[in-house]
Amino acid sequence: MENGKNRKYTEAPIKVLLAKPAIDGHDRGIFVLARAFRDAGMDVIYAGLLPTPEEVVDTAINEDVDVIALSLLNGAHLTAFKNVIDIMNKKGVHDIAVVGGGIIPDEDKPALEKMGITGNFGPGTPLKIIIDHIKKRAREIRKLRENEYR
Amino acid sequence: MEDYWKLKIEGIKNSFKNNTEYDKWKENVLNPWNKKTHYNEKKYKNSSDMDIRELYTEDDLPDNMDKILGNPGEYPFTRGIYPNMYRGRLWTMRMFSGFGTPDDTNKRLKYLIKNGETGLSIAFDMPTLYGYDCDNRRSTGEVGKCGVNVSSLADMERIFKDIDLSEISTSMTINAPAAILTAMYFVLAEKNNTDLKNISGTVQADILKEYIAQKEWMYPPEAHLRLIRDMLAYSTKNVPKWNYISVSGYHIREAGSSAVQELAFTLADGFYYIDMGIKSGLNIDDFAPRMSFFFNSSINFFEEIAKFRAARRIWATVLREKYGAKNPKSMMLKFHTQTSGYTLTWQQPLNNIVRTTVEAMAAILGGTQSLHTNSYDEAWALPTDDAVKVALRTQQILAEETGISDVIDPLGGSYYMERLTSEIEEEAYKYFSEIDKMGGILNAIKSGYIQKEIAETSYRRQLNVENNNETIVGVNRYVDENEKPINTLKISDIAENGQVRGLRDLKNKRDNRKVDETLDRLREAMRDDSINLMPYIMDCVREYATLEEISNIGREIYGEWKEPKIY
Repeated sequence: MENGKNRKYTEAPIKVLLAKPAIDGHDRGIFVLARAFRDAGMDVIYAGLLPTPEEVVDTAINEDVDVIALSLLNGAHLTAFKNVIDIMNKKGVHDIAVVGGGIIPDEDKPALEKMGITGNFGPGTPLKIIIDHIKKRAREIRKLRENEYR
Repeated sequence: MEDYWKLKIEGIKNSFKNNTEYDKWKENVLNPWNKKTHYNEKKYKNSSDMDIRELYTEDDLPDNMDKILGNPGEYPFTRGIYPNMYRGRLWTMRMFSGFGTPDDTNKRLKYLIKNGETGLSIAFDMPTLYGYDCDNRRSTGEVGKCGVNVSSLADMERIFKDIDLSEISTSMTINAPAAILTAMYFVLAEKNNTDLKNISGTVQADILKEYIAQKEWMYPPEAHLRLIRDMLAYSTKNVPKWNYISVSGYHIREAGSSAVQELAFTLADGFYYIDMGIKSGLNIDDFAPRMSFFFNSSINFFEEIAKFRAARRIWATVLREKYGAKNPKSMMLKFHTQTSGYTLTWQQPLNNIVRTTVEAMAAILGGTQSLHTNSYDEAWALPTDDAVKVALRTQQILAEETGISDVIDPLGGSYYMERLTSEIEEEAYKYFSEIDKMGGILNAIKSGYIQKEIAETSYRRQLNVENNNETIVGVNRYVDENEKPINTLKISDIAENGQVRGLRDLKNKRDNRKVDETLDRLREAMRDDSINLMPYIMDCVREYATLEEISNIGREIYGEWKEPKIY
């Protein structure tokens, strides 16, 4: 990634891809997040409805994002989030953070964490908590990248 | 046309009198009082961002009230569409249900009927809503999760096993593949030897609000609109007690709109369907009476009631004045209501019973024809048997213990209610005018205008919550540090595996040559826009062609749809 080399990782705006990686049209929350992230100074890309996991990962790579934020309200998070992670692993993508949110029961959270998906925020979570978490993950990722490029 | 809306807006403005009484009271009584005591300076607003005064007086009654109210059963039906309202027949208690396999759902429906439910309402899972079979790769992990899975007529037969379709009405919340599910229901009735003239119910089929809010589509708008036209024409002729569409504001509201936006965008969609029916050569008074509506009842009590009253008045007025309808039934706006899912909180879920009760009361005072009350656990998952029973009992308590249904439109004539009804009506007319300037609702949707308006309102509200300008009990106030998880309904993967196996068996058992023949005939017919597709779809369904096989014919011919970017 030649572009990345020249960029000052700590200063450029955080770039986030928002995606609902399954058959799920409940997009009120994701639009609120898009606005809130943008107001917090981030670059935001929304994957649109019904993207396949391949499309999500490809967009993330092409757009050189720091964080993929996955959201589902349809109960399919265990399967659908895993599909995204599997494809990232297959493509050897390890320098993009993945965070999750939606209607996620507590008992599903350990499984998601184990896949490397953090956050997993439920309904009613204050925006600030989500934004802080994204910033934290982005910082980690940029550190990781810096070390890799060194 | 724009002139008509302007005329209406002017008319409402002119009906407002000077607030002499209020001004006098404020100056002489309120202001001196406030100087001496604590006074909350905050601006009071409702969901539609309207300013709310602390007092309404006789001056707030519009000066043409006798004309714009109408007694129950009389034009313009502000006070109710039937002369006897709930004394004639209570609203239908219709609980939106569906999960897992068709057998799971059949059991839930019978449980609800046993507990006094008076109408059925089917919730389908995400694959079904998008026209995919359970064995499609996209469906993995989603089968039976958000509703019941239906991949073919065989599944419908199981959902309605031992339920007499001529005895109870059914509502089906399905939009993109609405024509296919409707065809399945009609064929099911035929197979049970029930005359199509005797079945009653509603299919949602409102595709415009899908592009606006719920986002469940298969094809570009024109293709879906053609199918709606075909359902409209077929039902008008053959299934006289069938509501071929339920023009829905519910999802618009859930997507984040205000009450006024919900009302305005829904009625604008309704006008579009009226135009479509007329364009297809039908007489308005033949098809308008079977158009039905579906609204949200949210948490701002008086605003919701005023919205329902304004909806009836606008629909009646515009159908008569602008469209020239003659039959009063064409002018009567009948609607189903669901309490707001968005207002349910994940935190302290039992509080949701209270929210639902208040919202249900607004729907009843607003004169709804049928009602779904949400269960307290629905911010967590689909409801358990116990939770859904409380929700149904809420309606029964309201109906039979409180006296709320004894008197028609008991808030009619209230200074505040009448003023609010007129103001909401005025705001809706402003939107109609705006939408017309854009070349109609379809253009306003395609350009993303409507979606942006809603996203804007939704974000504004979220910020109000974040900044504590708006309270949500248990979320940003009165927070409980020790939230305990509740028991929720679990849908195991057994449902998915069972459905996939069942579909494989079906494909082996059915006459595949006949399936192909009927699908070929449908493909041919679809190429000619003048042909009504309903009989062709019913033929496919009869041979057990699957939901996806039939949907794919449309995908071949019409292609798929990408939404306009609003971000």
